Amino acid sequence: MKKTSMVVFATIASLFLLSWIVKGMFSEGSSPYLDGFLVTLAAFLTLAIMSFLYKDNPYYKFAEHLFVGVSAAYAMCLGFWSTIVGNLIPRLSSTVSDFFQVNYIEGDYNIFFVIPIIFGILLLMRLSPKAGWLSRWPLAFIVGTTAGLNFVRYLRSDFINQINSTIIPLLIDWNGFGDFFSNMNFSATGQLVMMFSNLVIFVGVVCGIIYFYFSKEHTGWFGRASKVGIWILMITFGASFGYTVMGRISLLVGRITFLFKDWLEIIS
Amino acid sequence: MLSPLMAITVQDIGITVSLVFILLGLAWLAWRSFSGKEVDRRIIFLFIFFSVAMPVIFKISFKFKATPIVNALYEKIESLPNNSTVLISYDFDPAMAPEVQPMADALSRHCLSRDIKIVYMCLFPTGQGQLEQTFSTVVRNEFPEKQDGIDFVNLGYKAGGEGVLNVIVTDFEKMFPTDVNSVPYSEIPIFDNIKSCKNLDLIISIGGGRPGIKEWVLFVGDPGNIPMAAGVAAVVAPQLYPYYPNQILGLLGGVKGAAEYENRLRDSDPKFADMPTPATTMMGPQTLAHIVVMSFIIIGNILFFRNRKRGEIS
Repeated sequence: MKKTSMVVFATIASLFLLSWIVKGMFSEGSSPYLDGFLVTLAAFLTLAIMSFLYKDNPYYKFAEHLFVGVSAAYAMCLGFWSTIVGNLIPRLSSTVSDFFQVNYIEGDYNIFFVIPIIFGILLLMRLSPKAGWLSRWPLAFIVGTTAGLNFVRYLRSDFINQINSTIIPLLIDWNGFGDFFSNMNFSATGQLVMMFSNLVIFVGVVCGIIYFYFSKEHTGWFGRASKVGIWILMITFGASFGYTVMGRISLLVGRITFLFKDWLEIIS
Repeated sequence: MLSPLMAITVQDIGITVSLVFILLGLAWLAWRSFSGKEVDRRIIFLFIFFSVAMPVIFKISFKFKATPIVNALYEKIESLPNNSTVLISYDFDPAMAPEVQPMADALSRHCLSRDIKIVYMCLFPTGQGQLEQTFSTVVRNEFPEKQDGIDFVNLGYKAGGEGVLNVIVTDFEKMFPTDVNSVPYSEIPIFDNIKSCKNLDLIISIGGGRPGIKEWVLFVGDPGNIPMAAGVAAVVAPQLYPYYPNQILGLLGGVKGAAEYENRLRDSDPKFADMPTPATTMMGPQTLAHIVVMSFIIIGNILFFRNRKRGEIS
């Protein structure tokens, strides 16, 4: 380890200890030093992750690996206790249910419940180089079932229902020009804005489809419609980018609020 | 009578200091860029950090008017009769929490204040922890008279994603034989007249990942013809807008959607006047950070077109 790295490590360790002691001394909970340690650890991990913006470093790597490991372990434990112990065992055996201290469900036993157990064991065979091929069976079952289920659901929700949602009236509550102009307003739910929105959806969908239609050369009116399609796509990507920025800034605000409020306590 | 100087608040000073800092910083960045000098990316990061940190310290916030897509969810909850049952699914993890936890809290607050029963569940393992936050800050803190099992119930997490949804659309008990406290389904009063999702008056999925609102629409909302609404992280909101208004009746998109809902709730009833509004607080830093990001885009584009005109880039 280089001398500079050792100095950095010693400084960080000292600051961590100092923060822990100070937080522990001034915390008001039932276990102040434990609370102090947890808040300090959370602040340390936050800063370790943020330090990647300066450059890659061992503290970032440590925080990243810890996050992945803890997340995987947490999901596995919760999955085991909520699904295998919570759903499967109470329907399989009263003895095993007693062992795990869950209520056995009388008369709910079904031989088909054994199949997921076998498939689960077969999936774990992937860890063995010799018997790894056995894991293809449950995988094939998972892929086939998911594809079958999704095909029907996507066809209904993302295809038929979306076509249905695109077939919208271009004239809403139309009672003639006179009535239209005398009641004109710019409310988001007003007639003018709703008609304009529906027109944008109609034109956007048609031109977007034309842009992706390559069996005819994009010239003349077809080319112009295709160019409108590109603009519609670009505006959509721009909106997505804007929302992404908003999302990332929200996360940054969340972390900064934690650091200033819970750790440094400079804001209330 | 207060003199004009006395009327100046810390927030006013904060806004001035933040805007001066941002304007000076942007002017320096623009000057450096137009002189053809490199700007280190770490300076940009630091600049964004300060643009976000200063409004957090000075508590700069703005008021928001609810847009129709947010208002639609508010009105739906308002239109539900007392003792209706709403399912709120916590399909998010701590990484998404700053954006969507305020929505979850505001929606719970709104439902419980109108005596609407809530069934809580989650499709994300870490959603269970986030649910506990709502229980401690809203349910137990603001509504101590509400009883577990009668006014609300916590079913907890169940692994399986789409598989879970595919079952509960026809049978809740098959997937959730007990609640999170191991109370059998048949002994939970809230489920007396509820066999499946089809018996619910509204389902609200709060999240932003997979499984999330899309899976809820695909596997529950559309097949069961059940009213659905969502509160989602900003990243996925644009993908869900096409579902409005036919497949989802309302959508809170990102922290702005949450802030709009909080403002709508606060303005609707005096009892919500002092409620916590974390999303509204976050909109101050959001606004200033967006000004900075938009300025970066404008400076970058001006430079691009200028250099292209000069023939420096093809």
